[in-house]
Amino acid sequence: MNPTPYPHAARMSLRDVSVEFDGQMALRNVSFDVDAGTLMGVVGPNGAGKSTLFNAIAGLLPVRRGKVTLHRVDRKGGALAYVPQRESVNWRFPVTAMDVVMMGRCCRLGWCRRPGKRDRELVDACLCRVGLWDHRSALMTELSGGQRQRVFVARALTQEATVLLLDEAFSGVDAGAQEGLVEVLQTVRNEGRIVLLATHDLTNLAGRFDQVLCLNRHVCACGPPDEVFTSEVMEQLYGAHGVRLTIDGEGGKRR
Amino acid sequence: MIEFFVAPLEYGFMVRALIGSVLVGVMCPLVGAYVVTRNLAFMGDALAHAVLPGMVLGFIVGINPAIAAVPTGVAVAVLVRIVSRRAGFSTDTSIGILFAAMFALGLAMLSLSTTIRVDMEDLLLGQLLAISPTDIYVSLGITIMVILGLFALHHWLLFASFDPVGSQVVGARANIVDYVLLVMLALVIVIGIQAAGVILVMAMLVTPAATAYLLVRRFVSMMMAAAAIGTAAAVTGLYISYHFNLPPGPAMTLVASGIFALAISFKRRVPA
Repeated sequence: MNPTPYPHAARMSLRDVSVEFDGQMALRNVSFDVDAGTLMGVVGPNGAGKSTLFNAIAGLLPVRRGKVTLHRVDRKGGALAYVPQRESVNWRFPVTAMDVVMMGRCCRLGWCRRPGKRDRELVDACLCRVGLWDHRSALMTELSGGQRQRVFVARALTQEATVLLLDEAFSGVDAGAQEGLVEVLQTVRNEGRIVLLATHDLTNLAGRFDQVLCLNRHVCACGPPDEVFTSEVMEQLYGAHGVRLTIDGEGGKRR
Repeated sequence: MIEFFVAPLEYGFMVRALIGSVLVGVMCPLVGAYVVTRNLAFMGDALAHAVLPGMVLGFIVGINPAIAAVPTGVAVAVLVRIVSRRAGFSTDTSIGILFAAMFALGLAMLSLSTTIRVDMEDLLLGQLLAISPTDIYVSLGITIMVILGLFALHHWLLFASFDPVGSQVVGARANIVDYVLLVMLALVIVIGIQAAGVILVMAMLVTPAATAYLLVRRFVSMMMAAAAIGTAAAVTGLYISYHFNLPPGPAMTLVASGIFALAISFKRRVPA
């Protein structure tokens, strides 16, 4: 294995991880490693266990067998940031983009402290970084799908997270905004952070990821995008659902 | 006009009732802002009913019923979450079970007790005009505790309310915050029951906050607006009850509902 260019940054390692969800084995013997400074796409059909995997990494679901190891990641200190699926967020709660980004400072603030000048400056800087300074006072419900995802990335940055997990991040996000989001994530990756983005379809953006994990309750393939998308892997991924995708981009043919 | 407001205050019971109504008008809507935005209305209603055995026990052993209601409310609030987690039910189911069981227990205790003479109507509709100095001290104590809690946990409460999963990943505090919010809800309900009774406390908890949700954009502004609307409704309701010989609980409820009706006629919030 090549030595990481970020010697003090995070590293993630899963060994034979099996996780039960709703009485069923949702993941079996999942093993893979992610080094610092990696943008990884986690691809698989609905029900493939992508969210279960993220929940297990985040410590929200118990691991039945195997081990998830996060090297140099202080979970309680906010080093792990989780961007949940749209459905898990309470959109009725009236908060602005700036309020949400400030939530990233919770771990650093503790119980009773109010945000100080440094916290506010960091929030402003992170909003600028994701290109949403002009939308800082907009309610989250007033933002588009892509803008909302970028607000969550800004929150992870104010949280000073070294590992970002984005679940179904492309859901409700149009193609142009998906590209914009990946560009932001690439800059985050360039700082030595680990970014995992789960989606049921990487569409045309697969080439923008460093690694792709193909998941269908077990690891079908893991590696650089140009190596993993073989016809065998595509069949393992989507064959069970009766849909066979061709590698040359014709995709979506029903058998 | 000044006479309308000042004359009733010649009576001690009206001064206490005015203080009580302001405390209810501020505190119930402050916590009510979370109730409205986090879909906790059923929980609020259930807690209001579930404190009945505590209040009855207070009457039996001679403790102020408001003081006796506090541990009951807190215990039920915590039990709801424990039952939901252990049984894998939705929170609504656990609330339904505990709410009915506790209310039935309160009614059974009331029927079996030969020592207490409590008017059921007072418990159900409140007795603001008969509020005692001890009740006021209890309400003040609760007010201070809840305001400190809301202030200290403000950012965690926002985080856990908006993104429960994301906040849980960041630390165990998100869970504690949810428990603390339920405890604060139980506490303000105890204040509210004194004024509006078991049934109408919901009006002070939900209606002003729902009105504020229509009128302002951000959550903090919503809390402030809810407290202002709640206070206006509670105080106006109290004066109406004095001058028109109505029970105060229903009068406050009608004023709060009237303000809501006005707000929704002119303003509509874009659905999330």
